[in-house]
Amino acid sequence: MAMLSFERKYRVRGGTLIGGDLFDFWVGPFYVGFFGVTTIFFSLLGTALIVYGAALGPTWNLWQISIAPPDLSYGLGLAPLKDGGLWQIITVCAIGAFCSWALREVEICRKLGMDYHVPFAFGVAIFAYVSLVVIRPVLLGAWGHGFPYGIFSHLDWVSNVGYQYLHFHYNPAHMLAVTFFFTTTLALSLHGALVLSAANPKKGEVMKTAEHENTFFRDTIGYSIGTLGIHRLGLLLALSAGFWSAVCIIISGPLWTRGWPEWWGWWLDLPIWS
Amino acid sequence: MTRTPTTRLRRLGAVLLPILLSAGLAGCEDTTESTQTGYRGTGMVQFTSPATREALALANAIPEAQPPASDEGPRASELYENVQVLGHLSDEEFLRTMTAITEWVAPEEGCGYCHNLENLADDSVYTKAVARRMFQMTWAINDTWKPHVQETGVTCYTCHRGQPVPANVWFQNPGPQEAQGMARTDTGQNLAEPSIGLTSLPYDPFTTLFADPAQIRVASTTRLPSGSDKTIQQTEKTYSLMVHMSEGLGVNCTFCHNTQSFSSWDLSSPQRVTAWHGIRMVSDINGTYIDPLAGIFPDTRKGPLGDPYKANCTTCHQGASKPLLGISMLQDYVAALGRAPAGN
Repeated sequence: MAMLSFERKYRVRGGTLIGGDLFDFWVGPFYVGFFGVTTIFFSLLGTALIVYGAALGPTWNLWQISIAPPDLSYGLGLAPLKDGGLWQIITVCAIGAFCSWALREVEICRKLGMDYHVPFAFGVAIFAYVSLVVIRPVLLGAWGHGFPYGIFSHLDWVSNVGYQYLHFHYNPAHMLAVTFFFTTTLALSLHGALVLSAANPKKGEVMKTAEHENTFFRDTIGYSIGTLGIHRLGLLLALSAGFWSAVCIIISGPLWTRGWPEWWGWWLDLPIWS
Repeated sequence: MTRTPTTRLRRLGAVLLPILLSAGLAGCEDTTESTQTGYRGTGMVQFTSPATREALALANAIPEAQPPASDEGPRASELYENVQVLGHLSDEEFLRTMTAITEWVAPEEGCGYCHNLENLADDSVYTKAVARRMFQMTWAINDTWKPHVQETGVTCYTCHRGQPVPANVWFQNPGPQEAQGMARTDTGQNLAEPSIGLTSLPYDPFTTLFADPAQIRVASTTRLPSGSDKTIQQTEKTYSLMVHMSEGLGVNCTFCHNTQSFSSWDLSSPQRVTAWHGIRMVSDINGTYIDPLAGIFPDTRKGPLGDPYKANCTTCHQGASKPLLGISMLQDYVAALGRAPAGN
């Protein structure tokens, strides 16, 4: 396969975490590595099990296929394959695949002499998933508290779990998560608009530089975070959104079993006005 | 022996893992109990905790029933003057019922809470007229409203719990004085009332929705909003009433609904049918039995707009999905409270 002129520069040997030179090679443009192999293994096995689960189920409708977790009565034990056991193995495969991918990212970072921002960011997403299917179920004492693997069914689960606390918008961590999600998109849209504006001047004018971008925001809001800073801010906002999402579901059930609105009773009881 | 990073990591893990596990498991799993009420993975789950269960058991301790009475002998109407609603009872059953209602409703005030002690037949005390109407209301609940109360039924104690005025009542809530003119908002929201679970939703969903329960249904029946004339305000009022029901019964929304579609009966639990009848029952007892007593009640038993203290779901349920945790006190008082006697 033909290689682009700069590609050779990125094909650095070494930096592996495990397995030494064994899997330290490329297939076409793709780095393999030990964790590339485990990623392939877990994702193929998990996908095959989902297809098997779909074959056992009542429908091949892509929207309605669902691999449900076990009944709560199985607690933290293993369930029979057709009664949630599939969900348990698929969950192991999913976590195996996600973590493998993160570790493959770590190896690539090491090869390129980069810091670990990318695998760390992906790690927060993994943490959010693990919160839903491992941490909260373990805290509540049953794998059945995990969400089902299906396009519609996981949405129905989210809806019902929200209504288990009467009005989920009153969940303080959910408030933070939603705020961070919206702020992420706000920051991204401001940043994107700024870059596109600078890079697409009027016909006949030259492309604007970062100093123009800074000037625009200094004129508009009195401050510009800068070209590097906006990416740090974006990362912080996005990771905070994922982190507080994980927190908001972990505390629902293990720490609070009633409606979220009445959690705010402490606010009404503040000595300032009560 | 050299200390490699790996062994250090292992030691750290050996120390930290048991601490994290025990903190996590002991701190949380013991205190939250979950019950699955739907197909696995649908999220139809009820939560409670040992502390909540113990508090409920304590609050719902049942007073001992009066010793059973003979149904023989002349009727109360033949023995006493002016016995208008319980005249069909035997003397023993009549006195037993009077003893029970005193214990249930006015244990501290005693017979004098309803009776002129100089002349028990006298009708001068307003509470006596109210009590008569309440007997008739109890008959209606236990007989006509069996779809809601089933064979468990209710007694005076279901609501009163040893107090002349039940702990959980409602009256029309005009809300605080608001700004007028252009600053007027008139939303009827944002008061954090305990009866609606401290939400910012409309604080008086009862007046309109108990008057006309058909208004509760706000879900559109068409895919696009073209077919629905319901407003956000109406929807929030329904949400407010539903939060009230959940709080009153100590359950969450999935006790009755699969939120995939709130309105679909096929997806709902059987409890929703019971609740549907319950809303109509409350509507009936407020409209037929309590509201018409407005002329008899003194102002201390009425809200600021002059309507008497009325019943909602919490009045009977008091945080339990089955009032008094499903124990039937009625079975010991069927003669007096079971149903209206012939001709009454």
